[in-house]
Amino acid sequence: MFEFIYNILDAIIDIFIKDMRYESYIITAVTGLIIAFAVINGVLGGVLVLIWGERRLLGRFQQRTGPNRWGPQGLLTSVADAVKVMFKEDIVPEEADHYIFNLAPLLLVIPVFIIFSVIPFGISLYAVDINVSVLFILAITSISGLSIICAAWASANRIAIFSALRSVAMLISYEIPVGLSLVGILLITESMSVMDIVIYQSIPFILIQPVAAIVFFLGSLAEINRTPFDLTEAESELAAGYQNDYSGMKWGLFYLGEFAAAIAAATVFSTLFLGGPNGPILPGLFWLTIKVIAVLFFIIWIRASWPRFRIDQVLNLAWKGLFELTLVNIVVTSIAVIIWTDLDSNRLLYIGLVNWIFAFPFVLLIFKLLKTKKYQSDINSSSYYPVGSDSPKFKKEIK
Amino acid sequence: MSIKSEPITINLGPQHPSTHGVFRMRVTFDGETIIDVEPIFGYLHRGTEKLAEERTYTQVVTLTDRMDYVSSMLNNQGYILALEKLSNITPEPRGVWLRMIASELQRIASHLVAVGFLIQDLGAWGTPLTYAMREREKILQMFEMLCGARITNSYLRPGGVFMDAPEQFWVALKDFVYDFPSKVDELEKLLTSNEIIFSRTKDIAVLTPEQAINASITGPILRSTGVSWDLRKDDTYDFYDQVKFDIPTHSAGDNYSRYLLRVQEMRESLKIVKQCVENIEPGPVRPHHDEVPFLVRPPKGDCYVAIEGSKGELGFYLVSDGSISPYRWHVRSSSLINLTLLRDMLIGTLFGDLFVTFGGIDINMGEVDR
Amino acid sequence: MIEWNGNKLAEEISNHISDSVVSSDDHSVYISKEKIYEVLKFLKETSGFSFDLLSSITAVDYIDHFEVVYHLKSLITLSKATIKVKLGFGREDQPEIDSSYNLWKGADFQEREVFDLMGIHFVNHPNLKRILLWDGFPGHPLRKDFVTNSQSVVDDGEDK
Repeated sequence: MFEFIYNILDAIIDIFIKDMRYESYIITAVTGLIIAFAVINGVLGGVLVLIWGERRLLGRFQQRTGPNRWGPQGLLTSVADAVKVMFKEDIVPEEADHYIFNLAPLLLVIPVFIIFSVIPFGISLYAVDINVSVLFILAITSISGLSIICAAWASANRIAIFSALRSVAMLISYEIPVGLSLVGILLITESMSVMDIVIYQSIPFILIQPVAAIVFFLGSLAEINRTPFDLTEAESELAAGYQNDYSGMKWGLFYLGEFAAAIAAATVFSTLFLGGPNGPILPGLFWLTIKVIAVLFFIIWIRASWPRFRIDQVLNLAWKGLFELTLVNIVVTSIAVIIWTDLDSNRLLYIGLVNWIFAFPFVLLIFKLLKTKKYQSDINSSSYYPVGSDSPKFKKEIK
Repeated sequence: MSIKSEPITINLGPQHPSTHGVFRMRVTFDGETIIDVEPIFGYLHRGTEKLAEERTYTQVVTLTDRMDYVSSMLNNQGYILALEKLSNITPEPRGVWLRMIASELQRIASHLVAVGFLIQDLGAWGTPLTYAMREREKILQMFEMLCGARITNSYLRPGGVFMDAPEQFWVALKDFVYDFPSKVDELEKLLTSNEIIFSRTKDIAVLTPEQAINASITGPILRSTGVSWDLRKDDTYDFYDQVKFDIPTHSAGDNYSRYLLRVQEMRESLKIVKQCVENIEPGPVRPHHDEVPFLVRPPKGDCYVAIEGSKGELGFYLVSDGSISPYRWHVRSSSLINLTLLRDMLIGTLFGDLFVTFGGIDINMGEVDR
Repeated sequence: MIEWNGNKLAEEISNHISDSVVSSDDHSVYISKEKIYEVLKFLKETSGFSFDLLSSITAVDYIDHFEVVYHLKSLITLSKATIKVKLGFGREDQPEIDSSYNLWKGADFQEREVFDLMGIHFVNHPNLKRILLWDGFPGHPLRKDFVTNSQSVVDDGEDK
């Protein structure tokens, strides 16, 4: 796509001005700006639609209609929200650290948009093709963990720091399973580039690496602070936690950044595990959109149904459950990759079968181990208080 | 190598999404473990007991509505029973059956609020809450048919109730009784089959029966520790001895059993409503004003009557000096006394358990502060 | 549930603890201020009485004296009783009485409320502070000489 736009611009400039100085540098810069503009606007448009879609869908799960006033079926609600947030007063607490206070929302939003630069939206529709893009994605997502602790520290508010420390512990613990679950895919495709992974997926990797898909999905839910792991912004406990002191457009950036992170997580999952823009007849962008919408529906459905975990249960799940599943996955996949090398034609099928037979039962085993706990207090035991076991003195003479 | 750490004190202030009203707690943490809790309340104190000394006995009924605003019919019932005992009024039977129906429906509504807000506090963003509120909406519409008001009813009068139930009330009641049991089953299944709710509520904040009785705790909390004590059976009033119902009792004493108990009590209340509808007979709903005047003047003396409110033993102590307004009126509020053991229940648990335990005690600030 | 006749209860108490009963009527027993802790301990621990649930503690302001009223319930014998104490003759500013916190922990918040609204001081209570009003509130509102600004709506005329 880069060369395509470069050539068009080159032709247009050649009509008007012959022989401009530094021509290639200027056209490169303008091309880059156009591509960035398109990608960011696409993502922002997606965020606005996601905000409307989530509120509408939650309403249907709760037997009520969601927002349906502004615009046809309520589609302009997010625009109304954005306008409202822009006009609110921007309050900075007196003891706050101004530079970090202003920096924190940016630290959340900017890395999310950077992820979209390496995702292929179609066969040749991508912004940039790096040959280590998987590592790039993992590295960039860990920057947004920094924004939470910056926001809480700069607010000089005890409750905010409390919630931020919980969230940082959770984010650090979940980066390891998320990273390690991708090792299986890297072993199969022998390349760290997202383009190669997309081209390799004649069968989507969710069927070949089920354990890795489950671990990556749960880990992404934890990274984007979503239910059941949303204890940082547990509204019923800490009343918005680290975002407590933000108002106006800075809070709007936090809100936007959360939803953009949800879209980013869904997009990365569909690209790596569901095949990205692969699909018959229709164009690739269409298929990618459908897969992203399906994953987002699943995320919203989980939000509407499950309560949230406590922090020690969350950390238990990461270190005792998901980490071991990734290790099992790596062992099984590496043995399978050695047995069936690159020259076999049905390689993916064999590796998939091996994974389902040997690795998937561990998922059930881990769930069983983490679930059954002997609860000490029993609801219906036999020891009850002796109500009415004695009789008062002078019972017969009392009226 | 030891790490130097110090405890941190947080003020969970009067305005908070989960404190069921204006309740303030100063909590001291060591990491995530709670080491001290100091509850501070009084933000909703309106001086109800002093206000009653300037109103007639019938006007005090409106004051009782606004104490525990989630269960007004039960407050009315307790006060009217105390007044009837003090002035020796015999109530009309039809009025008694109607007020029993109203009280049991109000008990169902109050428990729906408690259980619905538990799951909301646990983090399931409102979905089970809207199911519970949908059922409560039907009950409030029935109350509107009875007396014109949904929440602060003032439906009861000395000797019976204010006015008779219209025709559409019986139709709505029949529909409700017919399809509420499936909704109770739904709510119970939500609590008994969700692993996250088990792991967050079982074995937390356990109470023993001796501790609970010593701290004067009554109601569902006492019944969850293994004491089968319900004032409708043990100190019976109205016509509760003519209807058959069970008292669910668990012996675990933890958060989970308190919530499950409330769901099971809703079933028993529905049984009582069905039997009341079968037993009711036509007649006047309150005595004629020649026998019981509108301005009641009880003889000198005092009396204390306690009923089984939705949160525990709700007692009313009336002292009269022969005039038309009470000399002294005291409310033994169940929510205030159930808070006695809050500190002992919370010390040693984690921060994530704070609001779950607090919701299990199920207090209402209107009753704590009066 | 059986309610104890005041006269019979007074007989029983005065058999065991001398000099404690001041008077009695059909519903309640009046105990002297000095012996109230002993009497309550006796009622809680002896079998045949075993009042293990303290239902409520409250206070009434009769203009020349105060009265503290205890309502007790027994889960084991299924009975209930009322005990009253007269104190504060001559309108002393803060009449004193022994606290029953060591017998029943449920007396905690109720005694603080009586102190807050009536001004009766409970000796040996671990944390006797105001509970419903703020710390610097002047006076004790439920006393009869604490006049509020509201107009009285009661007009003691004929029955309507």
